[in-house]
This record gives sequence, C-alpha cells and structure tokens, in this order.
Amino acid sequence: MSYTKPKFKEAYGNFINGQFVDPVGGEYFENNSPIDNTLIAKYARSKKEDVDNAVAAANAAKEAWGNTSVTERAAMLNKVADIIEANLEEFALVETCDNGKPIRETINADIPLAIDHWRYFAAVIRAEEGSATELDANTLSMNIKEPLGVVAQIIPWNFPLLMLSWKLPPALAAGNCVVLKPAEQTPATATLLMEKIADVFPPGVVNIIHGFGPEAGKPLASHSKVDKVAFTGETTTGQLIMQYASKNLNPVTMELGGKSPNIFFNSVMDEDDAFLDKAIEGAVLFAFNQGEVCTCPSRLLVQEDIYDAFMERVIARTNAIIQDNPYNANTMVGAQASNDQYEKILSYIKIGKEEGAKVLTGGEACKLEGDFANGFYIQPTILEGHNKMRIFQEEIFGPVLAVTKFKDEADAIAIANDTLYGLGAGVWTRDAHQLYQIPRAIKAGRVWVNCYHAYPAHAPFGGYKKSGFGRENHLMMMNHYRQTKNMLISYDKNKLGFF
Amino acid sequence: MKYQRVAITEQAKKIVKKLKKEHGDLIFHQSGGCCDGSAPMIFEKGDMYLDESDILLGKLEGVNYYMNQDQFEYWKHTHLTIDITKGRGSSFSLEIPLGIRFIIQSRILTEEENKALNP
Repeated sequence: MSYTKPKFKEAYGNFINGQFVDPVGGEYFENNSPIDNTLIAKYARSKKEDVDNAVAAANAAKEAWGNTSVTERAAMLNKVADIIEANLEEFALVETCDNGKPIRETINADIPLAIDHWRYFAAVIRAEEGSATELDANTLSMNIKEPLGVVAQIIPWNFPLLMLSWKLPPALAAGNCVVLKPAEQTPATATLLMEKIADVFPPGVVNIIHGFGPEAGKPLASHSKVDKVAFTGETTTGQLIMQYASKNLNPVTMELGGKSPNIFFNSVMDEDDAFLDKAIEGAVLFAFNQGEVCTCPSRLLVQEDIYDAFMERVIARTNAIIQDNPYNANTMVGAQASNDQYEKILSYIKIGKEEGAKVLTGGEACKLEGDFANGFYIQPTILEGHNKMRIFQEEIFGPVLAVTKFKDEADAIAIANDTLYGLGAGVWTRDAHQLYQIPRAIKAGRVWVNCYHAYPAHAPFGGYKKSGFGRENHLMMMNHYRQTKNMLISYDKNKLGFF
Repeated sequence: MKYQRVAITEQAKKIVKKLKKEHGDLIFHQSGGCCDGSAPMIFEKGDMYLDESDILLGKLEGVNYYMNQDQFEYWKHTHLTIDITKGRGSSFSLEIPLGIRFIIQSRILTEEENKALNP
C-alpha cells in the first residue's frame, strides 16, 4: 500500500486568539518536504509584533481559563484526542510529508501516542487532589494548585505533533494559556491541528506562532509577559532561554538531548529464543525515526565475549531495513528532516572514519530514484570504535550507531556514564541482579530495561546532567506548570497574646 | 600562532560579513545535544553569557568562536572548519532566516598541531 503527497493550501497564517491571522509584516517562508524537496506550503514568518499579539491574547484569556473547572478542561482535552483520532490517517500523512519519516511510523507511533497524551492529562486532572494537613488542633495548612498564567513552548521537528502533544496538554490541563512555536522545518501538523480544533478552546487559550528562531523564537522565549518557558532542543539555545528566563525570573523546563548508551550483557545470548530476537531488534532501534530521537540508542555497548556473534545478527538485521519512499506502508526508514541535518550527519560519518572507526555497514548517503532523488536519505550505518571518539560523544541525530565492547559490569557503567548527557539508556540482560543494579548506576532520567524506545504516557521522561530537567509525560509535569497556593488557616478564636 | 583549531570557508566568510553589517559584533558558539545541536551558532556579542567555562577556540572574520569546556574535552583533538549549507535549522542562530545554516567540517589534528595546541 502506498500513499501520495497530501494537498495543502498555498499559505498558512498564525493561530492567534482563536483564528488564523496573517503575520503583521505580511511575510511568509517556504516549507519543503524532505522526501523530495518539493514545496509543501508557505507559513507565517512571524516577528516580535506577532509574538506580542499572541502573548496578549493569551494574557487576556488566562483569568477565565484558569478558573474553568477541571471537568470542563478534561472534556476539552478529550475532545482534541477524539478529533485527532477521527483524522488519524490525515495527520499521519501530513506528518510524513513534512518530516520525512515513514508512514508506517506516523500511523502506528506518532499519532496514536499523541492522542494518548491528551487523554492521559484529561484523566490526570480528574483523579489528582490537593492536600491539607492539620498542623495542630486549630491550624490547617491547605495546598491549592494554581496555574502560572501564560506558558511559552518551543518544540523541535523530529516528532512535530507528538512533541506538541507532550507540551500542550499538561500546560492546558493545569489551567494555563499557551503560545507555542513549532520548529520552522515542521509547521504542518500544528497548523492542521488548529484547523481541526479551532472551536474547542476559548479564544486565546492556545496560540500557534510560526517563524524563525532569531525572529520569533527569541522574542517569545524572552517575553516579559510570559510566566514560564518550556523548550526541547539543544544546549546552546537551552542556555540562552535560561538566560532570558532569568531576566524575567521565570521557571523553565528543558529537554536537551543525549547520547544514550544501549548495553547488552552476555546473558542475552544464553538462548536463541524470542528474547534474543527482541534484543537484536532493540539494538537496531538506533535507526528508528532515522535516528532523529533525543534518546536515540546511538551508543551500542556489547559485552566482549558475545560481541562477534551478537554483532553479526545486528548487522544482518540492519541490512534488512527497507529504506524507500516514506509514503510506502512497508518502508522502515525514510528521509532526514532537512538538508542541513543530512549534511551534518555525513560530516559525522566522515570524522568517524577519520578517527579510525570501522564501518560495519552503511556509511554513505542513500540515493533513491525518481522523485526521491532530491530527498535527504542516509543509509543506516554502524561504526565500530571507542567511547572517546566524537561519534560516541555527540548526538548525530541520524541513523548512525557507534558500537564498542566492554569487559564487565564496571566497565559498562564507566563507558555508559562517560558522556555529558543523561537522557536515556537501555540495559539488556537475563541476570536478575543486573536488571536492577545496572540501571541504578546509570546517570540518566530514563533507563529502558529489556526494552527500548517506549514512550507511554504515565512514565516520567526527562534528563540528568546536560540533558536538562523537568519530567514530561506524567502527572509530575503538571507541577512544572503550576504554583502552590498555601492557605494557612487558624480555627483558634484566641489571640496570640503578643500585642 | 602557527597552528589554529578553527578555520572558515570563503562562502561562510561572506555570510559572516553580511551578518556583521546587519547585527554588529558577533560570536560563534558551538552547540551540543539534540536536534540542531553539534552546529555552530552565531549570535550578537553580549547576547550569550560567557565565562571561564567557555573556551575560545579562535577568531574567524573577527568573530570569536567559543565552546563549553566540558564539550571541548571531547573535541580538542579535532580541527573545525566552519562552512555553510542550504537548510532550515531551528535555534536562534542569526543566519537561519537566510535559508542557510552554518555547519562544521572536522578533521583530526595532525601530530604537530596536536603537540602545539594540546601540550
């Protein structure tokens, strides 16, 4: 089964105060599909004035929205989920066109996960409660959660609708109004969502601003009428956003990527069974989403006594990957999201080779035929080397795996933690002790144990070290979007006696 | 100094000149991490807070090029050349509205370079 490029309008504006509006300056930018480098549509090239308008709309709406009941807010979040679900295939197709990832992935992962995140936060606010403590017979301490007000959110291009669905639902559920800026590479599904849900929320509660980082992202992140900034991206922009937030004394949450180790102990090869099959797939998940995942298991650590046998199977499975037209239902790996990513990945493969890494498979761009010859495709690549190489230390954000051997548990932990980052990690073993002790020793916010790349709502996700802070996909995220009002109530009729 | 850690291509120089005309004094900062990480980013001088934890790699077209020292530890054996490529990176880097992106091409320092630069 194969799909074709979906139809778009010629141009799309920003979504501010419940409607689509042209950018104040009247400028638009062209957004191309990485699948074949053809035009998708033009999107608003917003500037500070557009950001000001969106932030003003959010501020005007915040008091009424913050006072809606959780019943109402949950119903609206569920409605969004229902609307996405009813149009799942359309969202999947637009996402594939805009990002370059295979349709198999958008239909089965991106969009269903996005739907579930809306439902999760709708459910969370119906179940959670505040707290009250009787401090003494006459004194009650009562904690009421209150929204922050207006939240700015800046999201990346690797999972456009899913990242939006990690960010918007907890902020809205907590009673905030939001101004969200999608990445300039992938504005399409955020726009489609606003078309579909335009009437769900009161005007001003959700606002979407398109445009470039320096022109629209920076004015949003540094805006004095914003009460919190949430960002997913890289470290330099992360530092800048924290600086701007410090000027406004605003809280921030940051998810800044990683260089995640995926560790395979020798017991995985004790049997040739379903679990070993799962483990091999777990190693090959580096190619999932073309490697454009913050937690891409891009460092493979294999115990030395199984290294040759294990790698033989990993390479064979990698070579069986179907890389083709992303609109084909059986394509497993599609296009990188943009030309600059494509060039960056190739430059990393080059420096890897120069540093002495051995190419076990791939190592080149992938040239597709016909319409796809202009797209940005890279072969799934495995490079063998050691952990001090640049390819082991920087998130390449491509289908590029760096593999090395380890001797024992201590060696595995040392290599795993020898990184600036700490977002994800994988541990694979049949040993019951290792199942607990190794994950505890790894400095990362998410350790997958005998699995990888699962992102269910209800399991907190976030970084250690330079990977950032904040825990998304979980009730915990609600508190990153709220403040606590403590009411300290005295039921004592008698005075203190001081004055 | 005889040996340099960084260099810049002619086509990248042109973009730096253009951006300087528009924005005044600039700095490069090498990003790390997710998404658009691992790319050099260019900002107005003073926009980014820099201190002794930022290593000055060199000066290109009058623009200082910095990298955080933690990252430098893993990168210091390589020579970096700033180039440009077509593309639409996100981030706050000033060249993005031009439809191009700064990119680095790396190579290993020669033995002599390494001795001089990383004694």
